[in-house]
Amino acid sequence: MAVSKRIVLRFPGRLVDRPIVSRLVRDYNLDFNILKASVTPEEEGLLVLELSGKQSDYDKGIRYLTETGVRIQALSQDVTRNEERCTHCGACLTICPTGAFGRELQTLRVIFDNEKCLACGLCIKTCPPRAMELHF
Amino acid sequence: MAKTINEINEKINKGEAVVVTANEIIDFVKEKGIEKAAQEVDVVTTGTFGPMCSSSAYINVGHTSPRMKLGGGRVLLNDVPAYTGLAAVDLLIGATAIPDDDPRNKIHPGEFNYGGGHIIEDLVAGNDIRLEATAYGTDCYPKRKLETWINISDINDAVLFNMRNAYQNYNVAVNLSEKTIYTYMGMLKPNLGNASYSSAGQLSPLLNDPYYRTIGIGTKIFLGGGIGFVAWHGTQHNPNVLRTENGVPRRSAGTLAVMGDLKQMNQRWLVGTSMLGYGCTITVGIGVPIPILSEEVLQYTTVTDDDILAPVVDYSRAYPQMQPDVIDEVSYAQLKSGQITIQGKKVATASLSSYPRAVEIASTLKEWILNGKFLLTDPVAPLPGIESGITFRPLKERPIED
Ligand code: SF4
Ligand code: SF4
Repeated sequence: MAVSKRIVLRFPGRLVDRPIVSRLVRDYNLDFNILKASVTPEEEGLLVLELSGKQSDYDKGIRYLTETGVRIQALSQDVTRNEERCTHCGACLTICPTGAFGRELQTLRVIFDNEKCLACGLCIKTCPPRAMELHF
Repeated sequence: MAKTINEINEKINKGEAVVVTANEIIDFVKEKGIEKAAQEVDVVTTGTFGPMCSSSAYINVGHTSPRMKLGGGRVLLNDVPAYTGLAAVDLLIGATAIPDDDPRNKIHPGEFNYGGGHIIEDLVAGNDIRLEATAYGTDCYPKRKLETWINISDINDAVLFNMRNAYQNYNVAVNLSEKTIYTYMGMLKPNLGNASYSSAGQLSPLLNDPYYRTIGIGTKIFLGGGIGFVAWHGTQHNPNVLRTENGVPRRSAGTLAVMGDLKQMNQRWLVGTSMLGYGCTITVGIGVPIPILSEEVLQYTTVTDDDILAPVVDYSRAYPQMQPDVIDEVSYAQLKSGQITIQGKKVATASLSSYPRAVEIASTLKEWILNGKFLLTDPVAPLPGIESGITFRPLKERPIED
C-alpha cells in the first residue's frame, strides 16, 4: 500500500550536517518533497517533508529516523491566533521560520496563514500580547 | 491667519472644524498648498500604540475596618508586588513588576507571562484582582493582615500615570553577534538575522511637532482609549539630539509623562505585554491632537516616513555596553517596507508598535473631535525645548569605599 504523509523533523545540532534524508531515498525507497527547511535559534534543524512510498518502507524509514535521534511530529498540532488579542504589531513576522505571517500592503495589518504554519511554537512565546495559541 | 485654540474649539462646538489625521494631511497639503491648507485645517491627529515600560497605575483602595496601614507594608496584587511607600491605602503598580516566584531568566529565556502591565489591563477590564497584604500595625492602624478581592468599580481612585511614554523616534535593534538574543526589542536573530523597530513614524505624536510648539503640559490627549493629559515632559526627555534639516530628531529625543482616569479607559488600548527573556510591560495607546495654529505648525505635521530616520543599533554589544555606536540610519519608509539593507545585507524588519492600531487611534481622535466630544486645551507650560540645554546623562558611578 502506498502512503504519503507530511511530517515535521527536528534535528538536534549534532545531526544537522548528516545526510539523513538521502538515506531515506537510498535505503528505504521513499520519495520526499521538502516543504520547508530552517535552523532555529537553538541551532536545531527543522525540516518539513512530504514523505511517500510503500507503507512498509515508510514505517522502516520512520524507525530509522527515530533511531538516529531525529524527533518526528505529524503536522497535526494546530496554532491559532486570538484575534481579540492580536495588536497587529508585526513582531512575529521575522520570527516565524515558515513565513506564515505577512502584512496587508495598504493597512499593514498582519495576516496569519494557518496553512503555512508547522506548529514549531516559536511565535507562541515571542508574541508580546501572547495572541498565538497552540492546541493539541 | 494665526488661529487660537479658543477659535478652534468654537468651530468644534459648531461642528465646523476640519480635522484630518497625520497620514491624511500629507496628501491634503500636497494638493492644496501649505497656505490654503493652513487656513482650512484646524486639527491634525496623531497616534501611537507600543510597549511603554515606564507606565504605572496608582490606586486608592479605601480603608478597611479596623484600619490598616498598607503604606510601608507589603501588598501583592494577583501575586505581583505593588509599591506601598505612600499613605495608608495608596498603592502604585508599575508595568514591569513581576511576582516574587516568577522564575525570571533562570531558565533563559524567561517567559514573563504575567506582571504589572497585566494587572493594569485586568483592572481596566473590570476583572477582580486578589489583594493580599501584611502590615506592622500601629495604634491608629491596628489591622495587620488582609486578603480580599478588589475591583476597579469599587475602589476610590485608579489613575494611569506614565512617567515616560510616546518616545520621539527610537532605535532599530539588530544583533551582530553569533547567537540569538532576547531583548526588550524582541528576539533578535544572530548575524543581522532581523531588525526590530518601535515607532509609528509619520503618525507618531512628537514626530509631528518636533520642537514641541503645541504639545505642552496640560495638553488633552487620547490615552488608553479614554481621555488623558500630558502631565510633564517624560523622564529622559532629550531635545538636544541630531536632527534633520526639517527639525526631525534622528535619535530618541523627546518623551511625554501622561496621566488620566483609568476608570474611563479601555482594555483594547492598555494591553499587558510579555517580552521573552526580558520581562513584563504594557502596550499603551496614545493620540495627541495638534492644533494648526500657524503654517509652521502645519508644515511639521506633513512629515513623511521618508523624512524620518532612525538609528540602527547593535543590541548584542553597543546597547548593553553603553557604546554610542550607530551602525546606520534607515527611514521609516524603508522599515515599513519589510526589509532594510545593513552592511550590504538584506534584513527583514518587524515592528513592536502596531501601525494599524496607531492609525485607528488617530482616526478615533479625529471622530471624537468632529463629533464635538473632545475639545482642545491650551498647554499651561511648554515642554523643555532645545533652548533648555537638557541633555541625557549616564549615571556617574562613584565607588563606595568603606
Ligand atoms: S506578534 Fe502577536 S500581536 Fe503582534 S502581529 Fe503577531 S500575532 Fe499579532
Ligand atoms: S508556530 Fe508560529 S512561528 Fe511556528 S510555524 Fe506556526 S506560525 Fe510560524
